[in-house]
Amino acid sequence: MFESLQTGLYGLTSGVSYLFSQGGPNVIMLLIAAALLYLGVKKEVEPLLLVPIGFGCLLVNIPLSDLMEPGGLLKILYDMGIANEVFPLLIFVGIGAMIDFGSLLENPKMLLFGAAGQFGIFFTLLLALALGFPQLEAVSIAVIGACDGPTAIYVASQYAPQLLAPISVAAYSYMALVPIIQPPIMRVLTTPKERVIKMAPIKRSVSVQTKLLFPIVVTLVTGLLAPKGLPLMGTIMLGNFMRECGVVARLTKASENEIANIVTLFLGLAIGGTMEGHAFLKPETLAIFGMGFIAICMDTVAGVVFGKIVCKLTGGKVNPLIGAAGISAFPMAARVVQVQGQLYDKKNHLLMHAAGVNTGGQIGSVVAAAVMLSVLKGMGLI
Amino acid sequence: MDNAKWTFGLTMMIVGMGGTFLTLWILGLVMDLLKKVFPLVTKAGSREKK
Repeated sequence: MFESLQTGLYGLTSGVSYLFSQGGPNVIMLLIAAALLYLGVKKEVEPLLLVPIGFGCLLVNIPLSDLMEPGGLLKILYDMGIANEVFPLLIFVGIGAMIDFGSLLENPKMLLFGAAGQFGIFFTLLLALALGFPQLEAVSIAVIGACDGPTAIYVASQYAPQLLAPISVAAYSYMALVPIIQPPIMRVLTTPKERVIKMAPIKRSVSVQTKLLFPIVVTLVTGLLAPKGLPLMGTIMLGNFMRECGVVARLTKASENEIANIVTLFLGLAIGGTMEGHAFLKPETLAIFGMGFIAICMDTVAGVVFGKIVCKLTGGKVNPLIGAAGISAFPMAARVVQVQGQLYDKKNHLLMHAAGVNTGGQIGSVVAAAVMLSVLKGMGLI
Repeated sequence: MDNAKWTFGLTMMIVGMGGTFLTLWILGLVMDLLKKVFPLVTKAGSREKK
């Protein structure tokens, strides 16, 4: 009888005793979970992701909770949609359904800004290799520079699943910090004269047929050139095609609302589930956060420098500030450009141009990831 | 960083960045072509729905 009571009581106190004996990392992670929840709820920093990630982190760091063990809720969610990359792709269908590529189609040359804005990916790749990360881990870390959460998760879950948690948290955190990270870089790299350049207003020039054919053409071209990235581009363009064709409004609405919302919840919880203290708290995590920051800074530097080159080549018709929008963080980066432009001239409206560059950045980030994967395939590394 | 890593990193940078620029440049050309083949018609009787 006494023995039975003793074992019963042990069952009740084992979690607490684990926490005090070997749960130091879990306590730190519980504090990080609280910080993520605070940022999401109080500061409204990417709340749709930080709240489920924070709560998943809280759940998995309660000692002996077994939620990430086989059969546990978070493990089921992880296997259901992250291990097989389904969740980020479903989110891409929703993103495609939400985006109007009209401003990009008005001036397709803006796509080149979207290419320049991916420089941070390749710079960070070199940096990660220099710091001693293996090739595929370096590639996965570098994709933080795409400023695109689903792309980062897609690549990391395939080629560096052990780094998925820090990579995805870094990707989403820095996306949310774009309005803080970009302006100082934009100011340092541009002259007062360049910042007040006014760009010609965009004239409406895109037909319904062009908008309808755009997703099909993009899928075909990028699929032929970089087939390894076809799942990424194919899903984003599927969503956009459904939006533009107008005959499947129910599917479009479901993709951008119900499906995206459910998947975001599951994705966030499962990512939070990978943040178990003993696995997460490593020097590599700090290095990944540092490199992610550098990646986004270098994206901005390359975008603005490219803007300055285009400004020179066009005889001062392009405001170099719009180059900063050539990243995937939509529409934050475009808003940053508009705000910065108006700081120096209240009558300067750069938003439409920046929105074109920003949607170019969205396509650019997916293309960059697709190209990287195809090059890796060509080199026989995957 | 050893030679193999440098080779890998620089290859990824040159081919990756170059491939990204090339792919997006081609996309831009195709989009321009689409706009020429299917121009916006705004006159009465056009196929455009507003």
